[in-house]
Amino acid sequence: MKRSVSAVVTFVIMYVFWLLISACLWAHHGIDYIRVVGGIICAGIVTAFSHKHRLLFTGEEENVLIKTMRFMLYAPWLLWQIALANFDVAYRVLHPEMPINPQVIEFDTTLTGDISRTTLANSITLTPGTITIEVKGSRFRVHAIADKPAEALTVDQTMQKKVAHVFME
Amino acid sequence: MMDSVVNALTTAFLILGVFFMLTGAIGLLRFPDFYTRLHATGKCDTLGEVLILLGCMIYTAYHGMPFVVFKLLCIIIFFFIANPTGTHAIVKAAYKTGVKPWRVGDERR
Repeated sequence: MKRSVSAVVTFVIMYVFWLLISACLWAHHGIDYIRVVGGIICAGIVTAFSHKHRLLFTGEEENVLIKTMRFMLYAPWLLWQIALANFDVAYRVLHPEMPINPQVIEFDTTLTGDISRTTLANSITLTPGTITIEVKGSRFRVHAIADKPAEALTVDQTMQKKVAHVFME
Repeated sequence: MMDSVVNALTTAFLILGVFFMLTGAIGLLRFPDFYTRLHATGKCDTLGEVLILLGCMIYTAYHGMPFVVFKLLCIIIFFFIANPTGTHAIVKAAYKTGVKPWRVGDERR
């Protein structure tokens, strides 16, 4: 994607988002023109700012569409994992003997990109039982509440493989 | 008929969400140290809030408020990004300042 194209994409996404949030095209008394024009101005400001500082859709990422599609498939799987693992933590909280065995584990990731590492770190924190403490280069330091969630990270590595698939690494 | 189905579904989601929030609160009191307590609050709360918002989404969708549904969806996405980031920031701060993780056999703190 060229940079000019990416600016247009940013503007269109921002403006559509504005229209959906403000709901000004479907107001009871017809179209609310002040908001429609205000949206154009605001989307323009955001586009100019993010374009100058290279914040959004810089056009430097490759295969954005495929990655987005794969991420859409990854999100429901992550949601399901969060739900499953949450029941696990609820069980540990409510069990009279509290079957926990907290530990700090470290492992190396094969992921290389910034965004993919951030995604993995956030996914680890979201899945109950594990919190990312620190990421230094490829080294992840994770606090796990019991043996099972710790093994899921160091032995199975399902999540890491999924993230690698999403970001094509 | 449809009314009661939607109401029942909404109520189920709300109750499930409240159950997880309650679990988080109980975990906050029962768990032995700083890190394990964050496990209880940081995670159970995320799912609890999201389930409550999902219940609201079902209700508003049935009653013809598509833009409210969209806004609730945006809030859910924000939760999923902001909550782990905040939890991670707190844990990292604690780790850097030398809060020792609790091990099995230690005393409660």
